[in-house]
Amino acid sequence: MNPTVRTIELTVNGRRRHAAVEPRRLLSDCLREDLGLTGTNLGCEQGVCGSCTVSVDGSTVRSCLMFAVQADGSDVRTVEGLAGDSALDPVQAAFWEHQGLQCGFCTPGMLMTAHELLERNPTPDEEETREALSGNLCRCTGYQHIVDAVQAASREVGHGR
Amino acid sequence: MAVDEHAPTTGVRWIGRDLKRREDPALLTGAATFVNDFALPGMLHAAVLRSPHAHARITAVRTERARELEGVVAVLTGRELAEVIEALPRFCAEEVVEHAVAVDKVRYAGEAVAVAVAETRYLAEDALDLVDVSYAPLPPLVDMVAAADPGAALVHENLGTNVVFEKTFTHGDVEGDFARAAHVVHRTLRWPRAMAAPMEPAGAVCAFDRARGRLDVHSNSNMLNFAAWVLSATLNLPPEQIDFHPMYTGGSFGSKHLPAKAIAIAGALAQATGRPVKFMEDRADNLLANDAQGPDRLYQSALALDADGRFLSVRHDVMDDYGAYFIFAVAGNTNAMAQTTGPYAIGSCETAVRAVLTNKNQQGVYRGAGSDVGNWALERLVDAAAEDLGIDGVELRRRNLLRPDQFPHKIPTGNLYDSGDYPAVLDKALAHAELEFWRAEQARGRGQGRYIGIGVATAQQRSTYSSTEFWFHNPGPFVGMSTTAESVRIGIGPTGGVSVTMFSPFWGNSPETVVAQLVAEELQIDPETISIGYDSTAHGLPSAGPGGSRMTVMLSGAVRGAAAKVREKMLQIAAHQLEASPEDMELADGAVRVRGVADPARAISIADIGMKAYWYKADLPDGMESGLEGSFTYDHPYTTLPSDDRTDLGVFYPVMGHGVHVAVVEVDVETGHVHFLKYLAVHDVGTVVNPRSLAGQIRGGIAQGLGVTLMEHVRHDAEGHALSGSFEEYLMPLASDVPTVEVLHHETPSPFTAHGVKGGGEGGRMIAPCAITTAVEDALRPFGARVDALPITPDQIVAWAHP
Repeated sequence: MNPTVRTIELTVNGRRRHAAVEPRRLLSDCLREDLGLTGTNLGCEQGVCGSCTVSVDGSTVRSCLMFAVQADGSDVRTVEGLAGDSALDPVQAAFWEHQGLQCGFCTPGMLMTAHELLERNPTPDEEETREALSGNLCRCTGYQHIVDAVQAASREVGHGR
Repeated sequence: MAVDEHAPTTGVRWIGRDLKRREDPALLTGAATFVNDFALPGMLHAAVLRSPHAHARITAVRTERARELEGVVAVLTGRELAEVIEALPRFCAEEVVEHAVAVDKVRYAGEAVAVAVAETRYLAEDALDLVDVSYAPLPPLVDMVAAADPGAALVHENLGTNVVFEKTFTHGDVEGDFARAAHVVHRTLRWPRAMAAPMEPAGAVCAFDRARGRLDVHSNSNMLNFAAWVLSATLNLPPEQIDFHPMYTGGSFGSKHLPAKAIAIAGALAQATGRPVKFMEDRADNLLANDAQGPDRLYQSALALDADGRFLSVRHDVMDDYGAYFIFAVAGNTNAMAQTTGPYAIGSCETAVRAVLTNKNQQGVYRGAGSDVGNWALERLVDAAAEDLGIDGVELRRRNLLRPDQFPHKIPTGNLYDSGDYPAVLDKALAHAELEFWRAEQARGRGQGRYIGIGVATAQQRSTYSSTEFWFHNPGPFVGMSTTAESVRIGIGPTGGVSVTMFSPFWGNSPETVVAQLVAEELQIDPETISIGYDSTAHGLPSAGPGGSRMTVMLSGAVRGAAAKVREKMLQIAAHQLEASPEDMELADGAVRVRGVADPARAISIADIGMKAYWYKADLPDGMESGLEGSFTYDHPYTTLPSDDRTDLGVFYPVMGHGVHVAVVEVDVETGHVHFLKYLAVHDVGTVVNPRSLAGQIRGGIAQGLGVTLMEHVRHDAEGHALSGSFEEYLMPLASDVPTVEVLHHETPSPFTAHGVKGGGEGGRMIAPCAITTAVEDALRPFGARVDALPITPDQIVAWAHP
């Protein structure tokens, strides 16, 4: 085995996980290949498109721009952690209701970004929503249905608070 | 060929319903398996080394150091790979040979020069760092005009020229119409190289069973059956020994019809190593070398008008930069000939096509497939005529629109428009456009140093291609492929459950939702109860997959045919059981009953019929085969062959949609920013099957059209180095760039298709550039700006305003 491999421990979607990684291993590859969480997609691996966005200790990060060893000890949330065992969470449900996706490849990253937005600003207006989503590229939807979904989710989540 | 005529469907129950997509939950939870999520035991990973030079001889490739690295299984040069597989598929008649990895010479920056395959992708990339390539640079051909010069260096020496194709297509009395014209407007127009760039790059996992000589391909090809056939020659295997498996496709827009290089590389390495191999393009691979760059055209265009402003003839002299290879020949130019004359009554037309090879990644297919450019060039001419003649642009368009009583309408090229009511679409757009309000705002704004512009475009969106468009540009007589079929299988099980199989994969639209609605309509059952899946090519029926806005049309026809077979058998079984005549039976509410009779004693449920069909032969009519399924292969609904002299190109894109877009923009002349105040799209794509899915296609297409109009551009420096290898360099629209789009429909059913459906997958992208260009030009009228080239960059806007 490569002598530089290090063992890291992190909490992923509420569960404690370990992985043995080279220092150069990206968090995205660790999540997808070592921990089997392939919902996080790799759109560019250049830090631009936002498809690989996950939440680390409450803030979104591009998992292709972070080494797995940097996440040692962190609390990581991915798209797989959003839904309960059977039900979609309110943001996912709103994306379904408003067709906030077509091919679905950028969707996990969009959902994580939408969650962060709504946690920090429960009632974003359209411009704030578009601004918050403008770090995530989508090639299919023209964004409008995503914006609609996020705004609908904000109303939904708002009622719950 | 037969024309499949029927009356428009009335009294439908499921078609037209605004149902949520059944595809979505798997995608929303991360459960969907894209090709990069797919793995096989013992799978290796490949990576590709790319040329930094646009044009160079490869004088040496040394791979020894790379091979010695622990975990590396093989490192192959182009020459070595060419011993395993043949050249890539090509549809051009010309001898333009492309290999998955370059042999002896590289023809664009980013072309593959070596591949490494290793236990991990990291190790494969490490190996590439240890490959030494020696190049002898050749003069880079970056400008197509210079490349067309007889003295220029050659991209392919065997051709003796870089002008790989040159032909003038004349339809009707073009010379006479221009001679008798009262006005002729001319424009030199430049459409920029853009590219599909789906969020998911192309990739494949290939596994070769040496004992059986069989290759399994898990890829994001969206043209499975076709890919298996055309790639069999590349992969050196008979088609029946290749099984292409359907995967979720993370967007294509034309770029994943074949993904020939990704499949060839993974397939070759699987054969060479005997282990499963994954090759996924990374983003640079995709942007530099995916072969899905769009048209890159220089137009010299002219429109002839009579004294009343009626269009007589349109003429385009097109030079098109095809890049280093020529996979689909000039299909991007012939595609536009489906609608050269747009929605207008124009008696003749001519397109001269000069295709030039240069040192760039080659053109492939990108949403619109060249008709996007044709629309833009024609609408530029119409705006130019309006300006020159002092006629309002909307009035000039209305004066020339085809009338509803002129359909079906054969245009000069030979293609046929099936149906339409273009004045009604324009009326609907104007009823919602509030043009008077915006004209007043524009006038008011100019007094305040605000620059508001209004653009109205009326344009075509051809749908449902026939394969003749891929060969009719070659001299006749020649008969090439003459259909492009799509199939569906419907099975009803012994408990009455309905399962449907498709043979083209999910690609980002909503094939499962749409097929469920169509089957529900045909069998009068609840779409939620229908199970839908996909099958691989080894078990598959003919299909060609999404492209040219064909899928909803073709699936509608295939479902109707397959459903008719199972319905007929159910009626026979029920009639036999109820001692009635099959002609007196009908399907309603999950049962077959005597027509119009609600008596449950005179009905038999689909579940009971299924049980009898599978397990109770004694209850079936004499001689009936057990089982209950129907397959149907739906051919293109209306194709005619081109004439030998090609004065008539034949009917090849007859299912003709139409649309009117209205864009209102405000241009900041200090920053060059274009801000949208309004965007309205009224489309006629026949009968709408699922409104929300269609609206998604329209809005997504408009965003891509906005991209090519205002920002997207594949650029190269003077040495031919690609300047678009990342999303930081190749700018695509963000959420903050794209306006809210109001979408309305006018439905003119097609007389040729099941339920009157027309294809709507490309119209947004095909029409948006026309309206946005006109709007920006209108905003900058005080500066005398004339938009003849895209993209309209902030720099350009500022330069116009501050000369």
